[in-house]
Amino acid sequence: MIEIKKLTKQADNKLILRSVDLSIKKGETVAILGPNGAGKSTLLKVLATLIKPTSGQVVINGLDLKKNAISIKKLLGYLPHSSLLYDHYSPLENLIFFGNIYGVNKVEEKAIKLVKDVGLSFFLNEPVKNFSRGMIQRIAIARAIVHDPEILLLDEPHTGLDQGAISILNNVILSMKEKGATTLMVTHDFKQAAEICDRIIIVKNGKIVDDFVIEDHNLTFVSEKYELQVEGIS
Amino acid sequence: MNQMRTALFLAKKDLYSELKTKQILVTQIIFAALVIVVFSFAFDPANNTTKAVIPGVIWVIIVFSGILGLNRSFISEQRNDTIQGLLVAPMEATSIYLGKFLANFTMMLIVELVSIPFLFLLFDFKFLGSIPYFILVIFLGSFGFIAIGTFLAALAANSKSSEMLLPLLLFPITTPILIGVVQATRIILTNMEKFSSALAWIQLVTAYDVIFFVVCFLLIDYVLEV
Amino acid sequence: MSMNLEREKEVLVGSQLAETKKLNLSSILYVGTVISMLVALYFIFIYAAEEKTMGAAQKIFYFHVSSAWLAFMAFFVTFVCSILFLIKRKRIFDTYAYVSAEIGVVFTIIVLTTGPIWAKSSWNTWWVWEPRLITTLILFFIYVAYIMIRQMDGVWDKKARLAAVFGIIGFADVPIVFFAIRWWQTKFHPIVFGDGPSQSGGGIEGTMLTALFVSLAAFTILYSYFLYKGVSFENMKIKVERYKEKLREDLDK
Repeated sequence: MIEIKKLTKQADNKLILRSVDLSIKKGETVAILGPNGAGKSTLLKVLATLIKPTSGQVVINGLDLKKNAISIKKLLGYLPHSSLLYDHYSPLENLIFFGNIYGVNKVEEKAIKLVKDVGLSFFLNEPVKNFSRGMIQRIAIARAIVHDPEILLLDEPHTGLDQGAISILNNVILSMKEKGATTLMVTHDFKQAAEICDRIIIVKNGKIVDDFVIEDHNLTFVSEKYELQVEGIS
Repeated sequence: MNQMRTALFLAKKDLYSELKTKQILVTQIIFAALVIVVFSFAFDPANNTTKAVIPGVIWVIIVFSGILGLNRSFISEQRNDTIQGLLVAPMEATSIYLGKFLANFTMMLIVELVSIPFLFLLFDFKFLGSIPYFILVIFLGSFGFIAIGTFLAALAANSKSSEMLLPLLLFPITTPILIGVVQATRIILTNMEKFSSALAWIQLVTAYDVIFFVVCFLLIDYVLEV
Repeated sequence: MSMNLEREKEVLVGSQLAETKKLNLSSILYVGTVISMLVALYFIFIYAAEEKTMGAAQKIFYFHVSSAWLAFMAFFVTFVCSILFLIKRKRIFDTYAYVSAEIGVVFTIIVLTTGPIWAKSSWNTWWVWEPRLITTLILFFIYVAYIMIRQMDGVWDKKARLAAVFGIIGFADVPIVFFAIRWWQTKFHPIVFGDGPSQSGGGIEGTMLTALFVSLAAFTILYSYFLYKGVSFENMKIKVERYKEKLREDLDK
């Protein structure tokens, strides 16, 4: 599904990504772990077409990212730190606007259903600016999946969420997975990573230093591996 | 055309959001009214020679209130990083430009619709020229100004002090439009005998509009690229 | 902190050879500039005939026109390099565009200061709203804005991209500005080359024309010297930045 070859990104003179090779199969749920400034978010942004790589090749679904950006963008659902929502619009209006841009059919029904799924149907027509962080994040999740993306790119989705919002988010990811979606998730939350992901990638200094599959949601296994790679050397 | 469709969604989004908050439009109109009042202090409305400065005043209003709207056009997308939401969406950069242009242009026309009659009223201006041509000149001038303005607003939005940068970028580039439309407006409002010369100015402004609309269309990819 | 010499050299691969070659070009340009400037001064002050009405003040005309020529050429180079940068995305084009724009702005200032001096002695007024003068003024504003885009914060490739876009737009604007202003008011300036219809004071004497061409040539060489020096200066800056980054990385390890 996603093939990354020799991906490098240089900003000014600093190398952020150094020749990253990565291949992700359809339906996988992958967590990207790593210390701050390791290049995790940059990697995600390159995939989301928000950053142009300095060199290297990215092929998604058999399409080259450079040449077929528009058709690739249709497959992607991107959820960064910020909500990407318009403040004085209600959840419904936000979702309808983004649904329209993505060319979703029957966009209004779809939007209402999504707001219901994230448990905010009571606030359907309230402006987003009055919402709390957790509520905004739920709408932001709904926004990212409004067009049923085949690939989900999540940048630290669990930060600052309460227990209810976390379980809603996990349910969304799992139900997308059932539909055959591929998920890439940058996170610091090992517990959630172990819970929903079936493959872990550890990034350090712009390079992939470890790449393994986990079974049975084994949290200690992940922590051990991480400490070995990140804290063990220095 | 798909490009046009997304552009219309975007323009609708901006205008609808303006309808809800009424921030920019109200500011623009009040600002225009204030400029008129300031001009009435600077040039005595009772004096007959004042009529000569009216064409200039019209364009001063349009330019200054226009730049208020242009400044907000891309800065407003920085809140919650909604510009990223537009950039990851499957549409061309030209759609974003076109959508923003349509929204800004509509708002500019509304401001003109309110402030120009107000100006004529306050300065007790007797309209002698041809109204259709006057409207045409206003339309063409605003079109060019907003087309290049939207483009440069997208460029300036990358800077932290974009509100200060935009006028510095925009005014020198739009000099030909400003010269052309002020001359054409003056002839149409006060001296219809020289109409052929006004027509020449209109042609110059139209040529400018076409050239820069095309150039902006070609280059906007590079401005919105990340 | 032990800087590793071998590692240092890695960055400088191949530059040792180029260094000697560059040195030659630099000194050739330098000598060329000095000689051609001296020749131009001779032609301007001794060879060329003195103008009847204005006297010695007319001599500023040679610098005025040459500076204007240099500025326009510099902005044209910026325009071409901007297009090349957007196509090829090589940093060197961006450096050339930037240095050229800076030189252009400096010489536009010279044009705008010598212009009024000329105007004072010729038309007895400091500033005239005359097409070429206003166009130069607008040009000055456009390229000051261009440099301001360069001063933005952010990574170089973003700044370079935006500046290149503005460099293209700005240059495309120049002819339109000129025609608009020319229509607006045509007065004063004598048309030097060819026949100036209905304009007095046209025409130029043979010796003056020779002096003008010599000074144009001298300024062209001066421009290439400045451009060359400026670009190597910028390249050194970039190299220093790269060393700093390397040092920082080594310290991190």
